[in-house]
Amino acid sequence: MNHNHPVFTDNDPQSELVTLNLGPTHPATHGVFQNVLQLDGERIVSGVSTIGYIHRAFEKIAEHRPFYQITPLTDRLNYCSSPINNMGWHMTVEKLLNIQMPKRVDYLRVIIMELSRISDHIICNTIIGQDTGATTTFLYLFQFREHIYEIFEEVCGARLTTNIGRIGGFERDFNEIAFAKINKFLKEFPVALKEFENLLSRNRIFIDRTAGVAEVTKETALEYSWTGPLLRATGVDYDVRVSDPYSSYQDFDFEVPVGTSGDIYDRYLVRNEEMWQSVRIIEQAVEKLKSEPKGIFHADVPEFYLPPKQEVYNNMEALIYHFKIVMGEIDAPKAEVYHAVEGGNGELGFYLINDGGRTPYRLHFRRPSFVNYQMFAPMSEGMLLSDAIINMSSMNIIAGELDA
Amino acid sequence: MEEATLNNNILAKLSDKFGEKVTAVSEPYGLLSFATTKDVIVNVLSFLKNELKFNFLTDITAVHYPGKDHGIAVVYHLNNMVEKVRIRIKVFISEQNPTIPTATTVWKGANWMERETYDLFGVRFEGHPDLRRILNMDDLGVHPMLKQYPLEDPNRVDKKDEFFGR
Repeated sequence: MNHNHPVFTDNDPQSELVTLNLGPTHPATHGVFQNVLQLDGERIVSGVSTIGYIHRAFEKIAEHRPFYQITPLTDRLNYCSSPINNMGWHMTVEKLLNIQMPKRVDYLRVIIMELSRISDHIICNTIIGQDTGATTTFLYLFQFREHIYEIFEEVCGARLTTNIGRIGGFERDFNEIAFAKINKFLKEFPVALKEFENLLSRNRIFIDRTAGVAEVTKETALEYSWTGPLLRATGVDYDVRVSDPYSSYQDFDFEVPVGTSGDIYDRYLVRNEEMWQSVRIIEQAVEKLKSEPKGIFHADVPEFYLPPKQEVYNNMEALIYHFKIVMGEIDAPKAEVYHAVEGGNGELGFYLINDGGRTPYRLHFRRPSFVNYQMFAPMSEGMLLSDAIINMSSMNIIAGELDA
Repeated sequence: MEEATLNNNILAKLSDKFGEKVTAVSEPYGLLSFATTKDVIVNVLSFLKNELKFNFLTDITAVHYPGKDHGIAVVYHLNNMVEKVRIRIKVFISEQNPTIPTATTVWKGANWMERETYDLFGVRFEGHPDLRRILNMDDLGVHPMLKQYPLEDPNRVDKKDEFFGR
């Protein structure tokens, strides 16, 4: 198929091919994706992806918002793991402002980020199960996403689009209930994850559907700039947490799981193992927090950290800083900064140019789903339609991150 | 310290190879950043990829500086995964005729990044296999990230202060 032109249904009576419009709102694709596929029987001959159905021009909007108002925009990138996006944005600004975080804040952030990584991977892996016909696994593990959201709710009050934390730390300290919920999660989740693996990992039907399907070599994956679990499933041990540590990830002991063949089964295994590693990291973080001084939940940078409302009403300095931050009058250096975090789907980068104005001069999001997804149509060629569906599930393409 | 030596080595090798074409070198937050021209950009990218092990294309985007001679900067971020170094390359091109050779010949993954840059900034990547809009509709007519296009219609009346008693 000629990729240079929009696709029209082929009316040639001699042609044996069927044109199928998969999407934009097809239930099997879990999001707004359109793929126009040419089918020969059940096999895909060629396909063209169309994206942009929920393009919200975040980069343009960000040029008109002060820094702290950009956090809610990042929520809506990968909305399955909003806290990672929020933290990534906070850390980008902190890098620009040269703010050093206290260790306790770093560890609290690590807990939140790893919890959201787990919730992201839960969604992806249970949905691979669902798409291969195993609804049970979906129902078993999906409950724990709910528990994670309850922890977020305790920390910031929101569940999905969290807007968690602030530039300079957290808006409030974690309360006792939050820690109790985290501990409860750490106790119960491994049991359920084990059960999930027992149901799926050695399941004959599941292996037949996924092993050897959509194999990708590491050369191809690097050529297409893949990151995250997809890249690691092909055997490249690239993880931003290790190669470019942020938020004190260097203090933690964890492994970066890699696959060998890059097929769907490997991606599933890599994500599962990452959940185990995330549990390990959270356990270590909870342990480390015990030796940190209590009550520190933000850096001591009053000129950049939005003060609590109570202080704004009772304290003149806090009122002044509050006014300046809200109006975007903070004294940020004129500079360019690129900061990357390991999101649920790969390297989530923020390229920020500040010209000293109230708003960023330019802000670009390097969105892993967008970069990963471009290989979907070329790699679907020659694949069965039903395999392409689980291939898409295993790539965990999130429409919000795709379009920005 | 180690990072600085690495960056200096990279810069020395680049200057050896491309001489005058490597300009505006800076190192904000430890990330080596330089500008080059569009006639050598593909050579620079393949030199970095093949000789200096910058095997990974992280990102391509653009920035608009209205009113300058070369008002559009195309920005490439590369990553050397082995030595854990990142690098930023900028190419300033004319706003009236924003063309630049495509990087899809070096990395296939540049395809959609360049389509996005074309869509939002109107940068035409010469030799690109499929240069269509990607996020916006085909008949939008403008490239919305350019600074002359406001975020909202400035003439709309429903947000005028007078209607809110201000």
